[in-house]
Amino acid sequence: MSVIYIVLTVSVIVGMAFFIVFLLAVKSGQYDDSYTPSVRMLFEDELVTEPSKESIQTKSD
Amino acid sequence: MENKSCFHCGDVCGNHPILFQEKSFCCNGCKTVFEIFSENDLTCYYDLQNSPGAIPKEIEGKYDFLSQENIIEKLTEFRSDNIEIATLYIPHIHCSSCIWILENLKKLNPNITDSQVNFGKKTVRVTYNSETTDLKSIVQLLSSIGYEPYISLDDFESGKKHINRTLIYKLGVAGFAFGNIMFLSFPEYFEINEFWLEKYKHFFRWLMFALSVPVVFYSAQDYFISAYKGLKAKLLNIDVPIALGVSVLFIRSTIEIALDIGSGFFDSLAGLVFFLLVGKFFQQKTYNFLSFERDYKSYFPIAITKIERDGTENAIQVYDIKKGDRLLIRNEELIPVDGILINGRAKIDYSFVTGESQSVTKVSGDKLFAGGKQTAGVIELEALKSVEQSYLTQLWSNDVFNKNKEDGFTNITNAISKHFTIAILSIAIIATSYWLFTDASKAMNVFTAVLIIACPCAIALSAPFTFGNLLRLFGKLKFYIKNASVIEQLAQINTVIFDKTGTITSNERSNALYDGEQLSASESLVLKNSLRGSNHPLSRTLYNILEEHNIVTLDEFEEHIGKGIEAKHDQINLRIGSASFVGQPEQSSALNTTVHITSNEKYKGKFTFYNSYRKGVSKLFNQLKQHFDLVILSGDNEGERENLKKLLPSKTKLIFNQKPEDKLEFIKYHQSEGAKVLMVGDGLNDAGALAQSDVGIAISENVNVFSPACDAILDATKFQDLYPFIKASRSAITIIKWSFLLSFIYNVIGLYFAVTGQLAPVVAAILMPLSSISIVVFTTICTNLLGRKLK
Repeated sequence: MSVIYIVLTVSVIVGMAFFIVFLLAVKSGQYDDSYTPSVRMLFEDELVTEPSKESIQTKSD
Repeated sequence: MENKSCFHCGDVCGNHPILFQEKSFCCNGCKTVFEIFSENDLTCYYDLQNSPGAIPKEIEGKYDFLSQENIIEKLTEFRSDNIEIATLYIPHIHCSSCIWILENLKKLNPNITDSQVNFGKKTVRVTYNSETTDLKSIVQLLSSIGYEPYISLDDFESGKKHINRTLIYKLGVAGFAFGNIMFLSFPEYFEINEFWLEKYKHFFRWLMFALSVPVVFYSAQDYFISAYKGLKAKLLNIDVPIALGVSVLFIRSTIEIALDIGSGFFDSLAGLVFFLLVGKFFQQKTYNFLSFERDYKSYFPIAITKIERDGTENAIQVYDIKKGDRLLIRNEELIPVDGILINGRAKIDYSFVTGESQSVTKVSGDKLFAGGKQTAGVIELEALKSVEQSYLTQLWSNDVFNKNKEDGFTNITNAISKHFTIAILSIAIIATSYWLFTDASKAMNVFTAVLIIACPCAIALSAPFTFGNLLRLFGKLKFYIKNASVIEQLAQINTVIFDKTGTITSNERSNALYDGEQLSASESLVLKNSLRGSNHPLSRTLYNILEEHNIVTLDEFEEHIGKGIEAKHDQINLRIGSASFVGQPEQSSALNTTVHITSNEKYKGKFTFYNSYRKGVSKLFNQLKQHFDLVILSGDNEGERENLKKLLPSKTKLIFNQKPEDKLEFIKYHQSEGAKVLMVGDGLNDAGALAQSDVGIAISENVNVFSPACDAILDATKFQDLYPFIKASRSAITIIKWSFLLSFIYNVIGLYFAVTGQLAPVVAAILMPLSSISIVVFTTICTNLLGRKLK
């Protein structure tokens, strides 16, 4: 049953890993702006179509 | 005649919309922006939102200072050989289209590698190649598409802003520990004397101990610091019992696991700190895009054009202006220092200073004060003082601007915590002495249990959640409050002082009376038509007041900027404008703005403009008069006294001719008499009064752009709702009192377990989160009900 030491160690390490990821996310500024990304997400569709249009233009040039 | 709205900016196009690709535009500026966007495949801008744009302004030469090395250095947050990053504040950002177009800047200028919008702060962070482009052309590009960045002296000082994220870190640490400790302590809640559990429980307990160390020494450190400061100042603030509770929890739990007496209260400890920090986080959320700390620096330009002795023009920093320097002020530029007008015709708009939108004409040799905005062409002036010593900026050296209003104000939580702490300590001592005589072994146990269970988590959460939620609700109704303590102070107000111009009057003048010889039908026709061609604010107002006439084409039309209009049609030759323009002697006694008219060199008469009061002023004053003392404190002359007397309840005091310092002193005097003053103002001349008052509310026509330092910003359209807002703040105090009562009930239940010496960790672990959560739910529901009543 001393496997519990391993299991606990693993679980704490996994927990710590997520915690560190959280700290890095905060540090990178992910939580500084909580509104704009929600809008930006919806633009993705247009952004995809945009480059293709541009390439057509350059061809015609 | 139908009035179409502009496809780009949504303004009414008037009678002559500019048609382009079957779309109508109000002006050439809007059309140009549309052209730029359609050429670059960016018309998607208009699909996301209807008419999202703004009219681009003339910026010729305005941003020349941006090519200066030391200014770029201050404005950019990162610089290397070929990459620069700058964050620009753009007040116009208001919808999803704005985000879209600004994040696609690279399509308009390929040298921009990246642009990212922060909608909350209304900023765009632009990364660009500094070898092929520069900050100046980026700013010009932004201005040309209607997104003119706002660059002021403030940016110069703050430079690279540091974002404080410690609270999120602390919250993260506490949350992480709370969750893990909960799992680890779960098996022991049920006290099953199971073999394996018995064997590993020490390991579990020391793991919990390890997790709670950072919670106590990192996450909760602010409470210890604040409690220490409070005790040093002989104040029992709410952080004293919290710090006491946290330390007792930690010490007792450590002793318990060390001596193998029990499992300790690490779960409650982590939970307590976590909930407290959540409350703090909730209260800390404020309006990123508003600044409540503005002083003259936010209004002043960062650089100005200096004319050297040899006639060359140079952009210099405002701080470098010395006495005797010759400065060039362009149209729409702000005068940064007191000076003497040397050249050109000055028409100065002092609205930032006085809130008065009417511009003042000055001639060469006149003294100009800093803070005025030139509105007619280019002028030259000679500086008399440096920036800090100018008339307006001197006001900021007053002590009142360095004082923190929250000091010396005991908030409701701290007021109750004094009694609370004393009560808890007495209960703990009485209970302990009782047990000392009955069962001495339990005495220490009871003493610590009382301090643990009475830890005022729920009390500490009541105010942050009530005020935090109310802050959010007020914000939705366009009443933006700086922080929670302002709501509390607002609830205690007994005197309301209003500024006049710009506060109870609106900035637009919509009333004008004609005085003089009756105009003939054909003359009024020409008048109306010539006003149509002018973009001057007074012409626009007058145009809207005059009755409809047919549209005719004028034979001649000329607008003299800052003077007036000259128009000719058939046999009528009209001159419309200032007294000097039409050849009349300037009447110095006139208190109001006038527009004079001559027809064929013969003087006809004048239109006099009157202040128009905001809608609902009278109603608001009548609501307020039952509860508050009312005062009008105006910097203007007495021209409006009779009008105001008619409009406002008779007990309102009317005081005129007040200088900024007089206003401040007036409020100070009344405060020393025990009055709690609410000051409602708008211009920079009210800044001193707003800072001195208990609560200073700035009225703003456009919340994004201008408002002096204050505690709250109220959108001008919501002016008449001021009373409901004050009433709601008072109700908020009642809600907090009720939630205090609720948390006392929990405390009494907890104390029963503690005093009788049967506080098990599981009871504490249930009671603590339960009381906190129910307080949060109670205050949130109550404030939402309150908010519904406001609408």
